[in-house]
Amino acid sequence: MNTPTPATSTAPAPGGTEALSEGARQERRLGWLLCAPAVVVMLAVTAYPIGYAIYLSLQRYDLRFPGQAKFVGFSNYGAVLSSDFWWEAFWVTLFITAVSVAVELVLGFTLALVMHRAIFGRGVVRTAILIPYGIVTVVAAYSWQYAWTPDTGYLAALLPSGDAPLTEQWPAIGLIILAEVWKTTPFMALLLLAGLALVPEETLRAAMVDGASAWQRFALVTVPLMKPAILVALLFRTLDAFRIFDNIYILTSGAHGTGSVSILGYDNLFTALNLGIGSAISVLIFICVGVIAFAFIKLFGAAAPGAEETGR
Amino acid sequence: MGRTNGQARPARARGKASPRSAGRGAARRLRLLTVLPLLAGLLASCDSGESGPVRLNWYNFPDDSGALAGAADNCSRASGGRYRIEYNKLPRGADGQRQQLVRRLAAEDNTMDILGLDVTWAPEFAEAKWILPWTGSNRRNATVGTLEVPLQTATWKGRLYAVPYNTNTQLLWYRSDLVPKPPTTWAEMLTMARDLAEQGKPHYVEIQGAQYEGLTVWFNTLVASAGGSILNATATAPSLGPPAVRAATIMRNLATSPAADPSLSNQMEDQNRLAMESGNAAFELNYPFVYPSMKANKPDLFKSFKWAPYPGVDPGRPSKPTIGGIDLAIGAYSRHPDLAFEAALCLRNRQNQMAAALEGGLPPTLRALYSDQALVKSYPFAADVLSALENASVRPQTPAYQNVSIAISHTLSPPSAIQPRSDIENIGSQIEDALESKGLIP
Repeated sequence: MNTPTPATSTAPAPGGTEALSEGARQERRLGWLLCAPAVVVMLAVTAYPIGYAIYLSLQRYDLRFPGQAKFVGFSNYGAVLSSDFWWEAFWVTLFITAVSVAVELVLGFTLALVMHRAIFGRGVVRTAILIPYGIVTVVAAYSWQYAWTPDTGYLAALLPSGDAPLTEQWPAIGLIILAEVWKTTPFMALLLLAGLALVPEETLRAAMVDGASAWQRFALVTVPLMKPAILVALLFRTLDAFRIFDNIYILTSGAHGTGSVSILGYDNLFTALNLGIGSAISVLIFICVGVIAFAFIKLFGAAAPGAEETGR
Repeated sequence: MGRTNGQARPARARGKASPRSAGRGAARRLRLLTVLPLLAGLLASCDSGESGPVRLNWYNFPDDSGALAGAADNCSRASGGRYRIEYNKLPRGADGQRQQLVRRLAAEDNTMDILGLDVTWAPEFAEAKWILPWTGSNRRNATVGTLEVPLQTATWKGRLYAVPYNTNTQLLWYRSDLVPKPPTTWAEMLTMARDLAEQGKPHYVEIQGAQYEGLTVWFNTLVASAGGSILNATATAPSLGPPAVRAATIMRNLATSPAADPSLSNQMEDQNRLAMESGNAAFELNYPFVYPSMKANKPDLFKSFKWAPYPGVDPGRPSKPTIGGIDLAIGAYSRHPDLAFEAALCLRNRQNQMAAALEGGLPPTLRALYSDQALVKSYPFAADVLSALENASVRPQTPAYQNVSIAISHTLSPPSAIQPRSDIENIGSQIEDALESKGLIP
């Protein structure tokens, strides 16, 4: 879409500037009119629900007791933040996020290098690596669930008889991380592959001529040049991983201390029908996501794709 | 191939007008083409509301046997053209069913006429004013000849909010080749299982030990059988006490004895059925659907597949198994509540309940059907089901049942890690919070 503003600012001004600026003003008004529907839609579908969630989070509002709805200030936040369930879910979420993103970064980098350097069968290699990302998460999660359930599962059959790893906290969290890593490593690899393309061959060759070892070339040339790509990949994955829902929902439904904050919010909203508490949890998740994004952008200098194309 | 008009026209248009205006013309035509059918559809849908029989939407669990669809057809025909019942299938899982109903009702959907509610939902739907109370002749017709305990599940604060459609209860299923005489108490059953284990024979006791509502049902049955209850009579506070501690102790004793299936903490009704059919188990506490399944899948084992009343907690005192089932309620926003009441009564009449029992395997709620020869023939355990139902217990009747159930199943899972005394105290304080809609559910 063309925005009218650049056109007016760079337009040459032959003749009277008054008439043109009138035209420019009209054009700008037209521009606003044209994008107004989009702005209205954006406000309706994002700002309104967020605002409504914040409003609900300040109410005692349980669908089952409609007569008892009333304004309670921040007491829902107090209830959430003083609840062991919230903190357990929070630490579980952080743990899953940290471990899965770290593993994905290492694996993704390896796969990206393989895809980048693959000499023959490049298409096949890339397709093979991307398959897990193409499978619907819920479908993949079901296959993991069956695989790890005794009697039906080929993977559970490898364990000592009667072991049901999905019913114990730490094994289950491990399997959730495994499913998560399996699913999203290709995405990480894809983002990093794009980053690898940013590294000029000449620079690497020059480094080689200067006698840099393979490791030095990787650590001192490739990685610094790829920093924006790496940070964007980490930012995306960290935000995604923090909001983890589908894998847990299918694998354990959050039972046995494996629930994430999203699962907690879902349960309190849709099972307990407690809109006040559930909204408070959602707002807290929103704040956490905001903090993560802020940390990446301000502290580490990650940029949105396209905002910083110079590679530094 | 000859040129069609459709192909010729753009060629001509290109010559005359600019491609842009041709595109605009095409866009206008396209817009007309898409808008007209929409308008027509809108008008048509307005029309169809006026003519023909009234359409009543029945939302119920998905039934593959055809019994429910058959009942809807029977009643539509019997109404003499006054209404037509549309059977809408809800999701398979109870949580999914409840969610769909709640979402629509919270949005005041006026096409919700007849709702199939799980036995635990009537209080919360009633409290939220989503369903209409049954009064006058509707109430009389709903209660006459109906078993007492299923009616309790549909009652909240002294008012009837639904009519029981079907009920269900668990029996003890056992293998008569391993255990000639069935146990009558849990202690006896665990001793038998231990003996069988020592002889190297199949010895597991299959029960619902996963962290879900089935675990709550197990606990509720044990508490009731020990003479207690989870909530007090007015459902305002927990009343757990010593019977609850005994119940929790029995659960732990099973989970830590040789009788426990290794995947106990992952097992639901269907895994129990499969484990019993695989021949590893000697006992199974489950609903009657296991009987036709065993008959079809394992004819060899079926010969020694017998049933007995659910084991008790104390010798001499009968158990009080928890009942399940579906109650039919009328949506508060329905545009045709009078017809809906009438239709709901028809859906659960003698003929339709019999069909649901024979085709769908759902135990009826009309007492008289239990002595019907047709039922007894396909349900050889009909008398045991009836006596279990007469002695049955209901799950805690409260609008906050979901929270109560989650507090219980969450705290008592896995059963092998139960600390009876402290866990019961913990459940008590979580239930107190839940009843005031305070606090979180895990």
